[in-house]
Amino acid sequence: MTKRLLVVALFGLLAAGSACTDQRSHSHAVYLLVDTSGTYAAEIKKAQVIVNYLLGTLQPGDSLAVARVKTRSFSEKDIIAKATFDNQPSRANVQKRVFREQFDTFVKTVGGSAYTDITGGLIQGAMFLNETGAGKKTILIFSDMQEELDKTTIRDFPIKMNGIRVVAVNVVKLKTDNIDPRKYMGRLEAWQKRVEEAGASEWRVINDIERLDALLSKS
Amino acid sequence: MTGSQFWMIWPENAMLSALILFVIAMPFLYAARKLVHDFFRSVGQMVGGPFRLGARWLFAGARDMRERNKAVLIAHGREEVGQLIEREFERIGALVTRDLEGYPALQRKLLEEITKVEEDYKKCGEVPPSPPSWVEAVTAITKVKSDGNEMVQRILEEIKRSVHTIHDKAIGEYRRAYESRHKILNGFMPFWRSLDKTFGQVDKKLTGLQDTSSKIDAQMEKYEQINKKTDKAEHALTVSAFTQFAIATLVLLIAAGGALINFKLIALPMSEMVGAGDYITASLRTSEVAALVIIFVEATMGLFVMETLRITHLFPMIANISERMRRRMFWAALIFLTILAGIEAALALMRDMLIADKQALLQTLAATQQAAPADPLLARIPTVGQMLLGFILPFALAFVAIPLESFMYSARTVGGAALVMLVRVFAFVLRVLGNLVRQLCRVLITLYDVTIVIPLLIERVVKAARSSGDEAAESRPIKRAA
Repeated sequence: MTKRLLVVALFGLLAAGSACTDQRSHSHAVYLLVDTSGTYAAEIKKAQVIVNYLLGTLQPGDSLAVARVKTRSFSEKDIIAKATFDNQPSRANVQKRVFREQFDTFVKTVGGSAYTDITGGLIQGAMFLNETGAGKKTILIFSDMQEELDKTTIRDFPIKMNGIRVVAVNVVKLKTDNIDPRKYMGRLEAWQKRVEEAGASEWRVINDIERLDALLSKS
Repeated sequence: MTGSQFWMIWPENAMLSALILFVIAMPFLYAARKLVHDFFRSVGQMVGGPFRLGARWLFAGARDMRERNKAVLIAHGREEVGQLIEREFERIGALVTRDLEGYPALQRKLLEEITKVEEDYKKCGEVPPSPPSWVEAVTAITKVKSDGNEMVQRILEEIKRSVHTIHDKAIGEYRRAYESRHKILNGFMPFWRSLDKTFGQVDKKLTGLQDTSSKIDAQMEKYEQINKKTDKAEHALTVSAFTQFAIATLVLLIAAGGALINFKLIALPMSEMVGAGDYITASLRTSEVAALVIIFVEATMGLFVMETLRITHLFPMIANISERMRRRMFWAALIFLTILAGIEAALALMRDMLIADKQALLQTLAATQQAAPADPLLARIPTVGQMLLGFILPFALAFVAIPLESFMYSARTVGGAALVMLVRVFAFVLRVLGNLVRQLCRVLITLYDVTIVIPLLIERVVKAARSSGDEAAESRPIKRAA
């Protein structure tokens, strides 16, 4: 009888304990879109720095995926590497080492694409992030933000990015931007408008990759 | 005319309008004077009364609280001093059992030594044999006149030679006798030394006994003071409680620092055991809570060890259990504490390994030239230090039970005194407020009278005229009568 009471009490305590825990997800999911089109493919080394920074910063339980932006980017095949890091720090470190190797291999073999489908990448990224169920979701776009679609690709429809932070990184100026800077400003403003209309929680541009600490923190 | 100017009798002149209105209102104000005075007095009573009542109630409550605090303080002090006296008596008992138990043997030894010394002394008193009686005969012979008689000469020489021989023999005997007496006296020395040592021991023991009894006297005096519930005793106990509280708080703060270091040591490796992604609250990880729980369990085990050793008395239940059970509980708590200390040492080692792994990963990611590996011996020192710290800290934390007990007991007195002071301050504020309201009402009454000063002046003049008329009327018949 006493044993039974003890077991019941133990289960009660466990139930109370589980009720006390915070059921919300505190993990962080990051989706990095790497533009490999045209001349921007030359910037890939900088993307490596960003990936390394993310691997060093993300905690056990967080998720990271890196995908390339090419002619059509709305595909799982474009995801170069992805991982949800284990809750145990030692296993998470092993996963990070594997991730880094995968990305290094990609960097060595990457080739340029004819067109730039950023919207497709964003839709794919939003889907991936929503699937992770993470509490904080961030899409990093490593691109010049100049979208170029072929005639058959359709991307002129509203997209949904509810609760996702979008950070454009290393948005280099094109030759035409140098002639008329309004084009650069206009391009960024257009993306900001589109992203905010999609329900994104924040839009941010970081051009100085020496200041990567702002990548994962809200402004 | 705008809405805010409707009252203006003289448009565009607010001052004049107000003055005219005031003049018109003055007779009414004068007529309502008594009523308004009563109203102000009632308001004063209504607001100030509860304040004063509340203040009185709080003062009475503070008095009761103080009495209760005093009773608790006195009871606690009595118990504490009683325990001290009990311990001193136990010490005296142990002293008497240990030292005075051997007193009959000591006394017997002393008596034996004294008897021995006495006997030897008596032996010293034995005088050497007296010179033989023939000395007188020799004296008589020396008076014999020889007159050159050869025979007499020869007899005298013979006698002289015999006397010399006998004298030498007697001297020798005397010397031997004195030598033996000196030997006896020399033999006294160890006995004297032994006697001196024994008396020294007795003196030391008696002095120790005297010291302890004087301590008991002092404690008894304190106990009597407490029993009489004198202000002096209460003051002394309160001061003692405040000192205890301050010291205990300081030590507990130091212990909290130790616990924090302990927490830092095991929080990271705990994430390896319970996972780093689970959260209890928005900013509190499950691994951190698990580390805290381990530290608290260690502190609790330490508390039980101290309780079962009867160093602290926080749990009467533990104090009342049987000796056998108490010993079992002590060993159980000590074993748990040792196991937890071992776990902590292992976690400290794991922490070091995790940090090293993370560092290696970061170096790989930074893609910088890796630093030359440190001397292995040098690298091992922090690891060993952390492990030692992890093992020692739980045992160090166990001693928190002692200041904790002091803190708990003194907090009752300090908290009680602070509460009494707070209640008194609150009562004082209420009293001040009550008086302020009453005074304010008086000021308002005076102000009211000031506003209707003209009718009041008229009233005074009329009254003065009427009273002078009355006086004149009263004085006339008197004059007539006169």
